[in-house]
Amino acid sequence: MKKVELGWILGRYNYWVFVILTLIGFYAMIAKNNLIKKIIGMNIFQTAIFLFYISIADIEGKRAPIIVSNITEHINYVNPLPHVLILTAIVVCVSTTAVALTLIMKIYQEFKTIEEDKIMEAL
Amino acid sequence: MIYIIIQNLPVLIVIIPLITAFLMPIIGLFKIRYCFYTSLISISITLLIGVLILNSVINDGTIHYHIGNWEPPYGIEYVIDYLNTFMILLITSVAFIITIYSRRSVEKELPNNIALFYTLFVLFITGLLGIVVTGDLFNLYVFLEITSLAAYTLISLGEKRDALIASFNYLIMGSIAACFILIGIGFIYTMTGSLNMADISIRLKDLYDSNVVHAAVIFFIVGLSIKIALFPLHTWLPNAYTHAPSTVTALIASLMSKVCIYIMIRILFSIFTVQFFLHTVPVGEILSWIAAIAIILGSINAIAQTDIKRMLAYSSVSQIGYIVLGMGLANYDGLTGSLLHILNHAFMKGCLFLTVGAIIYKTGIRNIYDFKGLAWKMPVTMLAFTIASLSMVGIPPLCGFFSKWYLALGSIKSGKWIFALVILLSSLLNAAYFFRILERALFGKYEHKTDEAPKSMLIPITIMAIGCIVFGIFGQFMEIISKSLI
Repeated sequence: MKKVELGWILGRYNYWVFVILTLIGFYAMIAKNNLIKKIIGMNIFQTAIFLFYISIADIEGKRAPIIVSNITEHINYVNPLPHVLILTAIVVCVSTTAVALTLIMKIYQEFKTIEEDKIMEAL
Repeated sequence: MIYIIIQNLPVLIVIIPLITAFLMPIIGLFKIRYCFYTSLISISITLLIGVLILNSVINDGTIHYHIGNWEPPYGIEYVIDYLNTFMILLITSVAFIITIYSRRSVEKELPNNIALFYTLFVLFITGLLGIVVTGDLFNLYVFLEITSLAAYTLISLGEKRDALIASFNYLIMGSIAACFILIGIGFIYTMTGSLNMADISIRLKDLYDSNVVHAAVIFFIVGLSIKIALFPLHTWLPNAYTHAPSTVTALIASLMSKVCIYIMIRILFSIFTVQFFLHTVPVGEILSWIAAIAIILGSINAIAQTDIKRMLAYSSVSQIGYIVLGMGLANYDGLTGSLLHILNHAFMKGCLFLTVGAIIYKTGIRNIYDFKGLAWKMPVTMLAFTIASLSMVGIPPLCGFFSKWYLALGSIKSGKWIFALVILLSSLLNAAYFFRILERALFGKYEHKTDEAPKSMLIPITIMAIGCIVFGIFGQFMEIISKSLI
């Protein structure tokens, strides 16, 4: 068993934030009654994952991976690949949200409510 | 010119339907009738490319295609081996058959949304083909989301307002699954620094004891279990299948879950090898037990239903259990049975949902107690229904028997007799819920006037039913594919 120190926990605070946000988002998705709140939960969940990807790419004190003409040290930058992946994942997240909100709009037109228990009664 | 096209087949199979999907709304503005022909042409071209790829794979072996000429670990690579070729041909041929069928069905069920339907239809096929050709994990996630978004919207097109709720629930479940898969990919990327499947598989060999890798496997399995509707996570499936338009149900039931199972096989057998998931983390053992429960409970639930579409949906839950069972056994016979069942179930369930769609198109019947005497009014449709349902039960010359045979053989060889018993018991339960429909359709008298479904629906149904007979006899080729995986 590795000895857990306070510094070890605090030094990885971005991962703790990832874990907490994931749990908040996941809870909201499965437990909230309001459909819009479920979608907010989904966005929190997905944003937490983006935070995780960006955290693993970052190295403290290193610069952005932009080529400058008089470059001497070529290892002195952060990994750009996860950032690019996250750009794609953001597009996926936005389109999922758009589809979900459109569905909620249609549901509201049909049922006149967006509370899940009232919809289940109406079915 | 021809040479360039032949060189770029793996990417063309994705790009052609993608471009068609973007053109479809514009075509719909000019003449709604052309939408059907455009998608038919586009799907035919992908089917043709599928055949060319098969030819190339058989002659020259696995195809490696580097997008934009970037070398594999850095750029996206498309890899097509035997398993991919099989999936490509399955997707394109089933999509082709369903496209022919869709014309009359869509005209009746979705008269206002024809252009939109074909846009989503072609986009859905794009996503599925993208999943099976890619050799890059993140690319696979993006294509999976394209497919899922198209599927959510296609389901919400259903005529009753329940379809909206079914679609929304599927969206919530599907998004949770997608998030889990994304976390899994992130963990794998942290450990290996690579997204290329072949590259990951090599780099993972030293990391089998790492906790992060174990966590990644669990995230992948749970996420994919939601997507394929494995038993405790299947709750989105019955409503989605019941309320979607008939064409969409046939399409999603025969392709969507199969392609997600393909992803599971790819991840378990190609990225993590058999050694890993049999000995390090007992994923195989857990999966096969869950699958056994899914098989029995799915069948029992199906017996309790009176709506035919809902009954077939629960039957899907049980059939997915068969495929996962063979995968979890992870021996040669079990995996062959699984792969064969992917093919067989696509055709059997496709055939059943198409016939049910034709019956609803003509008579509007959904309750199985109203099937009385229908066999004499719609003989061809009910004959196809009979063939497909006998095949589901597992009567020998039909295809369902052979996949069950391989699965039973696999479970006996790995020393787990109980799974063979589960397969036998489930076949009896299948017989219980199919024979009560067949009995009603054959005996009894149909009161209202009706006649046979139109030809454009009968031909696809007949092709599917012939498929159920033919694949039973020529199922041996699947052994080549499972040999390449283990």
